[in-house]
Amino acid sequence: MSVRLRLDPIACDGRGICADLLPERIELDDWGYPIIDPTPLSGIVLEHAKRAVAACPVLALRLEADW
Amino acid sequence: MMDTTVLPAAPPPPPPPAAAGPTLPRLLVAAARRDGDAPDALAVHRRTYAVPSMPRRHAVEPAIAAVERSGLRGRGGGGFPTGRKMRAVSEGGGRPVVLVNGSEGEPASAKDSLLLTRAPHLVLDGALVAAWAVGAKEVVVCIERSNRPAIQAVERAIADRVAAGEPMPSVTVREIPSRYVAGEETALVHVVNGGDARPTLTPPRPYQKGVGGRPTLVDNVETLCHVAQIARWGPTWFRGQGTDAEPGTMLLTLSGALARRGVCEVPIGMSLERVLTSSEPTDRLRAVLLGGYYGTWITPAQAHRATLDDAHLRSIGSGLGCGAVVALPTSACGLIEAARVLTWLAGETAGQCGPCVHGLAAIARGMTELAHGRATAHTVDDLHRWAGQVEGRGACSFPDGAVRHLRSALRVFDDDVAHHLRHGPCGAVATPPVLKIPSGAAKVWR
Repeated sequence: MSVRLRLDPIACDGRGICADLLPERIELDDWGYPIIDPTPLSGIVLEHAKRAVAACPVLALRLEADW
Repeated sequence: MMDTTVLPAAPPPPPPPAAAGPTLPRLLVAAARRDGDAPDALAVHRRTYAVPSMPRRHAVEPAIAAVERSGLRGRGGGGFPTGRKMRAVSEGGGRPVVLVNGSEGEPASAKDSLLLTRAPHLVLDGALVAAWAVGAKEVVVCIERSNRPAIQAVERAIADRVAAGEPMPSVTVREIPSRYVAGEETALVHVVNGGDARPTLTPPRPYQKGVGGRPTLVDNVETLCHVAQIARWGPTWFRGQGTDAEPGTMLLTLSGALARRGVCEVPIGMSLERVLTSSEPTDRLRAVLLGGYYGTWITPAQAHRATLDDAHLRSIGSGLGCGAVVALPTSACGLIEAARVLTWLAGETAGQCGPCVHGLAAIARGMTELAHGRATAHTVDDLHRWAGQVEGRGACSFPDGAVRHLRSALRVFDDDVAHHLRHGPCGAVATPPVLKIPSGAAKVWR
């Protein structure tokens, strides 16, 4: 099983909190919207990703598991 | 929308196909007749297309298999295998729905509008075959609200069939807003479900969960006309034209610096040069825009060698898209044309995804500065960076099309870019542009 970050670009309004909490996997574009690294997460990075997901005020970010 | 002049099947006809059935044209039979512009009545339609009757119920399963074997791919621009989509819809849970995508938001295309207005019964035949094939009892024909002739022709065709007592599922016309992204399949489903004509997040795709939450087959108008002909003449007949990988004929909408502009039908894989030559160019070619405003520019040298099939066109970074072909003359400025198209595309965003809203606006501004000689040393680098930041980051693929258009313009007009950076705007700034920008459609989403 692998866990990845997935963004709903319609819900996202570019507040950028996620990039502060998970700079390892999220950078912001020229307009402040997150560019997500879709590679699988594990260990401490996964823990940070969970915090970033929980912190998104518009619930645009989530974790998706695939088997 | 372009004018819907019908060109006779201009290029010389290819060798006759193995099975019985029409050679060329296949779809434009009604439209090519010189007896006025009225849509065909049902009886005329049946004579024109030699249709004895609709497939009966026992033909349900073979209909999907026939479309699969035909190798038909969607003609709306996506190019997805139609049979595979029908199969997926028929195997989903619940009673499927068929949506006929008659929105032709692409300004350089007129072929779907032509089919809807001149051969509405052929469109209905295809939609009904598809409905029978997937087990749908409901067909919704989606047409832009501004396209009154198409709406009237289809409504009359439906009434004709009801009056003739033909057994039919429920067939209705749904008017949709005249916006580019309204033709995106999730946007169509959304508007039919009572929402805005704006794309929604995928998955689910409409084949999984569409109208009323049911599996929904969304097919383009031309695609369904081919489905009707496949049901009549069979997959072997269908494969008698086109290439092995991309069988059949396709409709092209030709415009720009050509004496003969309009819609014609050609076998897939035909030489682009032959199409252009028989359309009588009025000037030397500066470039060709393939696939319309959502498409890509190619150079005259590429156009000279190109064949009209995706296998070849992909290898040069282009594609057939919806089959719109625009010939740009040397008197025009490609940068001005691209800047106008990109500005229009930026205005057609659904306004939902940040990278699309801000990225396309930035790209349009940068391209306009470049075209008018106001760019700085950084502008081209900025454009490339923005293209990379926009690509793949919308909920739908609309911004990706704008990015492809931009990149192809920077590639094909690279010497113009250098010239404009050094010397400012070129002489073409004073001449009328070739590509028409649709004027002030009502900015509504329902």
